[in-house]
Amino acid sequence: MLQDSLRRFIYGSKGFRIRIPIASCSLAAGAGEVYQAALKAVDRLGIDAEVYRVGCTGLCFMDPWVEIAKEGLPPAIYANVKPDQVATIIERYVSGDLSGAVAVRFKQGGERIPSLDELDFWRLQVRFVSRNCGLVDPESIEDYIASGGYQGLRKALSMRRDEVIETIKRSGLRGRGGAGFPTWFKWRVAYEQESDVKYVICNGDEGDPGAFMNRLLAESDPHRVLEGLIIAGYAIGATKGFIFVRAEKPLMADRLEKAVEDARKAGFLGKGILGTNFDFDVEVYRSAGAFVCGEETALIAAIEGRSRPRQRPPYPATSGLWGKPTVINNVETLAHVATIFQVGVEEFTKLGTEKSKGTKMFCVTGSVNRTGVYEVPIGTKIKTLVFDIAGGPPEGRKVKAVQVGGPSGGCIPIELADLELDYESLQSYGAIMGSGGLVVIDDGNCMVDVAKFFTGFTLAESCGKCLPCRVGMKVLSEILEKITSGQGTLEDLDLAQELGESIAKTGLCALGGTAPNPVLSTLRYYKHEYIEHVLNKRCPAKVCPKLVNYYIDPNLCRGCTQCAKVCPVGAISGSPGKVHTVNTEVCVKCGQCFSICPFGAVKKV
Amino acid sequence: MDPRKLVRELVSRYGPDRGRLIQILQEVQKEYRYLPRESLEEVSKELGVSLPEVLNVATFYHQFRLEPVGKYIAYVCFGTACYLKGSADVYEAMRRAAGLNDGRSTTEDRTLTIEKARCFGCCSLAPVVMVVSSDGTERYVHGRLTPSEARRLVSTYRSRALRSGGVGVASG
Repeated sequence: MLQDSLRRFIYGSKGFRIRIPIASCSLAAGAGEVYQAALKAVDRLGIDAEVYRVGCTGLCFMDPWVEIAKEGLPPAIYANVKPDQVATIIERYVSGDLSGAVAVRFKQGGERIPSLDELDFWRLQVRFVSRNCGLVDPESIEDYIASGGYQGLRKALSMRRDEVIETIKRSGLRGRGGAGFPTWFKWRVAYEQESDVKYVICNGDEGDPGAFMNRLLAESDPHRVLEGLIIAGYAIGATKGFIFVRAEKPLMADRLEKAVEDARKAGFLGKGILGTNFDFDVEVYRSAGAFVCGEETALIAAIEGRSRPRQRPPYPATSGLWGKPTVINNVETLAHVATIFQVGVEEFTKLGTEKSKGTKMFCVTGSVNRTGVYEVPIGTKIKTLVFDIAGGPPEGRKVKAVQVGGPSGGCIPIELADLELDYESLQSYGAIMGSGGLVVIDDGNCMVDVAKFFTGFTLAESCGKCLPCRVGMKVLSEILEKITSGQGTLEDLDLAQELGESIAKTGLCALGGTAPNPVLSTLRYYKHEYIEHVLNKRCPAKVCPKLVNYYIDPNLCRGCTQCAKVCPVGAISGSPGKVHTVNTEVCVKCGQCFSICPFGAVKKV
Repeated sequence: MDPRKLVRELVSRYGPDRGRLIQILQEVQKEYRYLPRESLEEVSKELGVSLPEVLNVATFYHQFRLEPVGKYIAYVCFGTACYLKGSADVYEAMRRAAGLNDGRSTTEDRTLTIEKARCFGCCSLAPVVMVVSSDGTERYVHGRLTPSEARRLVSTYRSRALRSGGVGVASG
């Protein structure tokens, strides 16, 4: 965005704008109450300011946040704001007192508060597709247009369909939802099909636990996703598009629906778009939710009112929804398409690596100080993302590994933190880019337990259609259960390895074939943890309940009796005011004493 | 309204199109908070889809439930970040506090249902519990929970359900 148009967004038409990100994540952190408090405060203080709804910047650790910008003063950002602080913050800001602000968006003079660009978590990002997130009102098509929106569509419509496809080919854009398949290739195949009806679908299913960049993007800048979908529709000659969203993400679906309505009114959808002979319309489809719907043939089945994936080929690009040529692109991919046409291919290709151009949004969660969604050039090092941007682990914790790519991905040991995040290098180390979920695992987490978690997830989500996934994952999960209960043998480790490799080779759909990845990758890098569970019946991280014993530290116990009261089997003895003890013979290791003790006297060994 | 009548109305609104199966089930669930048996039978008849196939779809997708629920439904997030930060302990603590010791997920008095959920995408608040009223009018998110705080949530929502006089009984 240009500097003066940026200023216009920051200060607004009244020259005084208070911006509050309203998205699912910030609402969960209390942004709704902060927004109401800001409205009241402005009214009570008699200030002529707009309280302005914007999308989310992805800096989750600051939620809820408030940005206040009055002409003459630098826009100041306040983090973790509570409703009762809002009025004071505004009052102080107006008087020129910026104390309490964590950053200013840009400096006006010699402020001591750092500008966003001086902070690593902002400076090291390249906000290409997320450029509008946190700046514009996601429910305002005017805001989007003012930021250069729908210029990409205009440009695309002035080109022939094959030229549009050629442009995306030149950009080298690869799918941002999983395997990194070249976007232009799918388009080209669908374009070449002779068919009266063709479809494009935006895959917004996003079922990976720990990945929410698509939700964030669609809730914060829905028109960008829609514009990309319309361009894709034009490129292949489709007449209808769908945006596939989970019913359990209602705000995402609502905002996309609003965007569709407004775009239709503005002539970006419907008959003869922008005076051309291109007719195209879009429907937001609210899915009833199943992890496997992220897989394209299962997604198509859902729209058709059925369930479960099917064998490919034929690929959807030749025979997809209701047997017609269908292109399915991820939310972030389509946002890239719109942005590439808005700002030009060169802006995109100058970012990224030789084989993978552009940027990728990553959700960094787990053991880090700055949980959030960060957009970085492809090829950024793991350590830059985990330590410099996300701030590393909380004090006293040591990072052990990063899990990349969700249930289809794998763990990368932190010793490999110099590794660059791109499709090929992640794959060669046993993980995948996937949708870009990156969970940081620390020394308090057990790698066998992590593998068990993902196996349990995929087992529950297996559609049951074919044997390797349905039965194989069940057996794999039983082996892990055995190991984490101290019943495992070394043969079990070999069996897990062999079974995992067979499932990977024989699974029908992408999800079945990648389901054993978490087990295979932890076996590859953390076999010693498995062996510790098997041979010494010990869980080094003290996570697996059956391998943990509880005892009460006599120096810390105050004899409050709470543990004895909560114990379901009467394993804790002691009288009020006296030190309590756990009878390990009777203890069922439920951990209730551990969680209830107010003095931290109950310890795990 | 009689579930069968509702289904017939929905089918006449959307058309007897197999592709509308999931949408029709969503509408039925919006009304009853679960899918009564009669509604599934009627859908099967009206859309010309066999009952096993309707049940296949109804049990495949997470959104659908075949049993009535409590006034409030507490979803304990089992996303990766929440799991690593102890959502399993939170879940167990809540179930115990609600007296759900066997396979049931809804309390005897139908004030509260406790279920595991997939990622809400609020990973910065892990571990997270989302509580919604079964009529969908109320929605609360509780983040950074400890097991003892989670136990308190159980009593809070159960007494709120009793105070509001309603339990999550399916009408009709």
